[in-house]
Amino acid sequence: MSTAFDHPTYNYRVVRAFTIMTVVWGVVGMAVGVLIASQLVWPDLLANIPYLHFGRLRPLHTNAVIFGFGGSALFATAYYVVQRTTQARLFSDVLSGFTFWGWQIIIVAAAITLPLGYTQTKEYAELEWPIDILITLVWVAFAINFFGTIAKRKMKHIYVANWFFGAFIITVAVLHLGNSAVIPVSAFKSYSVYSGAADAMVQWWYGHNAVGFFLTAGFLGMMYYFVPKQAGRPVFSYRLSIVHFWALISLYIWAGPHHLHYTALPNWTQSLGMVMSLILLAPSWGGMINGVMTLSGAWHKLRHDPILRFLVVSLSFYGMSTFEGPMMSIKTVNALSHYTDWTIGHVHAGALGWVAMVSIGAVYHMLPVVLGLKAGAMYSTRLINVHFWLATIGTVLYIASMWVNGIMQGLMWRAFNDDGSLTYTFVEAVDASYPGWFVRVIGGVVFLLGMLIMSYNTYMTVRQANGKEAESFEADTQTA
Amino acid sequence: MDINTLRALATPIAFIAFIGIFFWTFSRGRKKGFDEAANLPFADEEDEASNVQREPSVEKNTK
Repeated sequence: MSTAFDHPTYNYRVVRAFTIMTVVWGVVGMAVGVLIASQLVWPDLLANIPYLHFGRLRPLHTNAVIFGFGGSALFATAYYVVQRTTQARLFSDVLSGFTFWGWQIIIVAAAITLPLGYTQTKEYAELEWPIDILITLVWVAFAINFFGTIAKRKMKHIYVANWFFGAFIITVAVLHLGNSAVIPVSAFKSYSVYSGAADAMVQWWYGHNAVGFFLTAGFLGMMYYFVPKQAGRPVFSYRLSIVHFWALISLYIWAGPHHLHYTALPNWTQSLGMVMSLILLAPSWGGMINGVMTLSGAWHKLRHDPILRFLVVSLSFYGMSTFEGPMMSIKTVNALSHYTDWTIGHVHAGALGWVAMVSIGAVYHMLPVVLGLKAGAMYSTRLINVHFWLATIGTVLYIASMWVNGIMQGLMWRAFNDDGSLTYTFVEAVDASYPGWFVRVIGGVVFLLGMLIMSYNTYMTVRQANGKEAESFEADTQTA
Repeated sequence: MDINTLRALATPIAFIAFIGIFFWTFSRGRKKGFDEAANLPFADEEDEASNVQREPSVEKNTK
């Protein structure tokens, strides 16, 4: 892309690059998601190709959407927001470029090694140790670049969005180093330094905080900038944002054991994890209420502004899934829900409804700005609206079908006859799950369709901005 | 001191810290500062406006 868009103060180049890759990885990751959802409905699909087996593609899907799509969105917005709210250029252009290319290499490496079967087998931390080292280097560069920018800020205060981004960067560094501690035995094989129940506990300390800090704190940072900005009014309560920030980051770290209910984990640890998860409702809803109430007195804006609609509906899904989560962490509820499709539905209420929708809203607001256009001035607002409805309908189809499937599976697995034998065999529960899995494929396709429309809109916006640059250049040379 | 005493103390210390943060945040003297901070996303809007105009007009003026 030409340097003609370049802002006099800010480094928009790296923001632009990450924003476009957000859309690209979003399409790739969600397309793989649709593929593996189809494999569950049609098990013979690609059955003879080992590289494309469900077990190898599933981590590719999660890595592409969490780290490719979500990660690129976080880099883009963190770099954009920290510059706009400190009024300072990013600490280092070299480090910015390094984080961009380093991060893209990591995602490509994931897309190559996972289908080949190289994995540490830890959920959301599958990548083998050489890639883990690259992640560490990129992350340290990200931290230096982000906090270096804060240090040279021109404003007295550090805006709350930056607090969330900062907490996300620091905690993900700690989690990654803690959980990825391995002993390598060859270039592509390693063993965890932890064993047994301790290994499981460390994994879910990591796993749940990947949700809490990568997929929540970072995206709350996004929310605290883009919701006020798109609504044209400051956040509802700055004080609430401070209290719920400290409560959220100090509580999330304890909730991991709820992934290990009724396992070899000590019983008291399970109960502690459950109680901490229940308390977590308060700071989660603090953020949700703060975001939604920012709209109070300006609700009419939702009628005409699909970008704002994306942002507000993402908060509704955030509120819903952070209610569902604590409820599912209650041991008696978990006895029904665990290992069923309900869990997958819950994850996607957060991932599609909250993380993806808030990112999409942020991209639609931010992309035109970094292309030298007005905020939110995408090529077509109508297409944003179409995307909004596709995303909402896709998400609802997905989570509703997984609720039905999950509760049905849980009830079938636990049904006993009078003589104490099981009423249903496992395969009967699988058979009963087909309709729900089919609806999930439809939901996924609908959501993916929205992402394809977004790609088109993004492409046309970039083209339009390029054209404008060329036009103004021509006009200038003619008058000169 | 026994390590378990320290572990037990962590809970009341965290609780007191939270109460402390709460009162710090809601003390009256901080309202002005927080209002300023809450408006930071809008603080560089003049800059944005010039950025939008920048393309054709500013370049022309320099020639």
